[in-house]
Amino acid sequence: MDTTARTGIEKLVTNIPGLDHITIGGLPQYRTTLVSGTAGSAKTVFAAQFLAEGILKSEKHGVFVTFEEPPNDIRRNMASMGWDIETWEKEGKWIFVDASVPPGDAPVVAGSYDLGALLARIEYAIKTCKADRVSLDSLDAIFNQLPDRASVRRELFRIATTLKKIKVTAVMTAERSQEYGDISRYGVEEFVADNVIILRNVLEEEKRRRTVEVLKFRGTIHKKGEHPFTVVPGEGLIVIPLSAIELKQKSSDVRITSGNKELDVMCGGGFFRDSLVLVSGATGTGKTLITTEFIAGGLKSGERALLFAFEESREQLFRNANDFGTNFEQMEKDGKLKVVCDYPEVMGLEDHLIHMNKVIAAFKPTRIAVDSLSALERVSSVKGFREFVIGLASSIKELQIAGLFTSTTPTLLGWSSITEAHISATTDSIILLRNVEMNGGMRRALTVLKMRGSQHDKDIREFVIDGSGMHIGKPYRNVNGILSGNPVQVAPGNLI
Amino acid sequence: MNKYLLKLFVTGQTIRSGRAITNLRRILEKELGTEYELIIIDVLERPQDAEHDKILATPTLIKEFPPPVRRVIGDLSDTKQVLMGLELLHEESRTKEE
Repeated sequence: MDTTARTGIEKLVTNIPGLDHITIGGLPQYRTTLVSGTAGSAKTVFAAQFLAEGILKSEKHGVFVTFEEPPNDIRRNMASMGWDIETWEKEGKWIFVDASVPPGDAPVVAGSYDLGALLARIEYAIKTCKADRVSLDSLDAIFNQLPDRASVRRELFRIATTLKKIKVTAVMTAERSQEYGDISRYGVEEFVADNVIILRNVLEEEKRRRTVEVLKFRGTIHKKGEHPFTVVPGEGLIVIPLSAIELKQKSSDVRITSGNKELDVMCGGGFFRDSLVLVSGATGTGKTLITTEFIAGGLKSGERALLFAFEESREQLFRNANDFGTNFEQMEKDGKLKVVCDYPEVMGLEDHLIHMNKVIAAFKPTRIAVDSLSALERVSSVKGFREFVIGLASSIKELQIAGLFTSTTPTLLGWSSITEAHISATTDSIILLRNVEMNGGMRRALTVLKMRGSQHDKDIREFVIDGSGMHIGKPYRNVNGILSGNPVQVAPGNLI
Repeated sequence: MNKYLLKLFVTGQTIRSGRAITNLRRILEKELGTEYELIIIDVLERPQDAEHDKILATPTLIKEFPPPVRRVIGDLSDTKQVLMGLELLHEESRTKEE
């Protein structure tokens, strides 16, 4: 990017997954970035990962200055992230500067002092392991150790200035007392950092939600707003950028089959290859059948399909598919299909997204179905769910493959769900399925509500399901109110 | 041997370093005469010693002997605090009582 030319501040690629995207290229190089967050907001993981990724991905060494936990605790806690700090120490890639509170009595204060010894130790450690990255975690502990706050602030500023002079990029962490309030408890940001990142761990609708926000980067650009992240054992912190779609997505005019000839005709010749289709309907309207046909149709034309199922077990799914003459088991054996069944409750949505992205990257499908997306709504807040959908949509779009999401409407005859409200703007096509109560019986209706970039059939058509699948028939001509769940028959003479 | 063993960590040839050394020598001579050994360590020259003793602030005075080990930070201009840190004030007042 040419951001450097415009601003004069280069960025250091951190390699913390997703962070370099929201910071547009990493942390300001040779500067100190303050990372502030409440207790339990993963500040220490951030600080350690900043060094760990440097060692793992770019052979850059690091110095970890710890004010709070003794090095042994950090070694042990970070081992669960998959970082073998002890080995790195032996290899001279990582050095601890232990500034944690020594046991015993607090020192007696007899006159003015500075942090010259700490600075000398940090500089010595940097020189010894030729470090490019330094983390200081967390500053609050030093305020607790030394009573003269004004001189501690002044000294932290001196440390930041020195680090800049000797060309290292640093992360300092500080604690905040509340999620939305002062940046840090001791006001260090006023003295130390032109660059501030906030980590949050908010309780929202009874669900924990972690976000990261770049509050300011002086003299350089970054993305605005809060981005969700999660802490994954064995990997560390993973940021989920919400705006990854950007303008990267080219739209294609290549058509692919929906797996149902009549539906293809209604859509003006099939779905677009890199489009997202939302199929919405009450339970029992045929969403899983459309999903099955979508997969079978793809495999027939030589594609690879991936199905994420959140409502039914494998056995159930396979049995249903069999009823329509589709053998999922054989397809999986042939390596053309992968079915992933998960209970929505097994993990948070951020973790679901990361897991799904991993499976997608490993299997490399050309079409993906999610049945149903609304099942995931249960395990998240509204905001978290919207972010999940955007995140999933952007990963699928980036790969330029086809996606089909189903969504279950809450009422049998009806109306739209929250899911729809949140994902309709993200999807390219919307297909609605409805139960229609008519003449004392239940019938089914289907309509293509939206088909971005193409003409489509705007009728509401009746369809039936039999042993060979779904058959779309004639439009309902003398009924109003099907989509809203209140079908009213109209005498032919009264049709407008 | 009953000599006091003391370590003073300072940062280079600064005014504050000089003041700490002068203040300390004055106090020690008055209180202990020659019954002490003082090691002065410049953290800029010997950062590994500062690392070993986990020194943050300078000046830092450590009383290594007699036990218990005690630390005093600052330029040692507050004589009373220094004596308290070295546990000399305590002994002195007790002597008076006796």
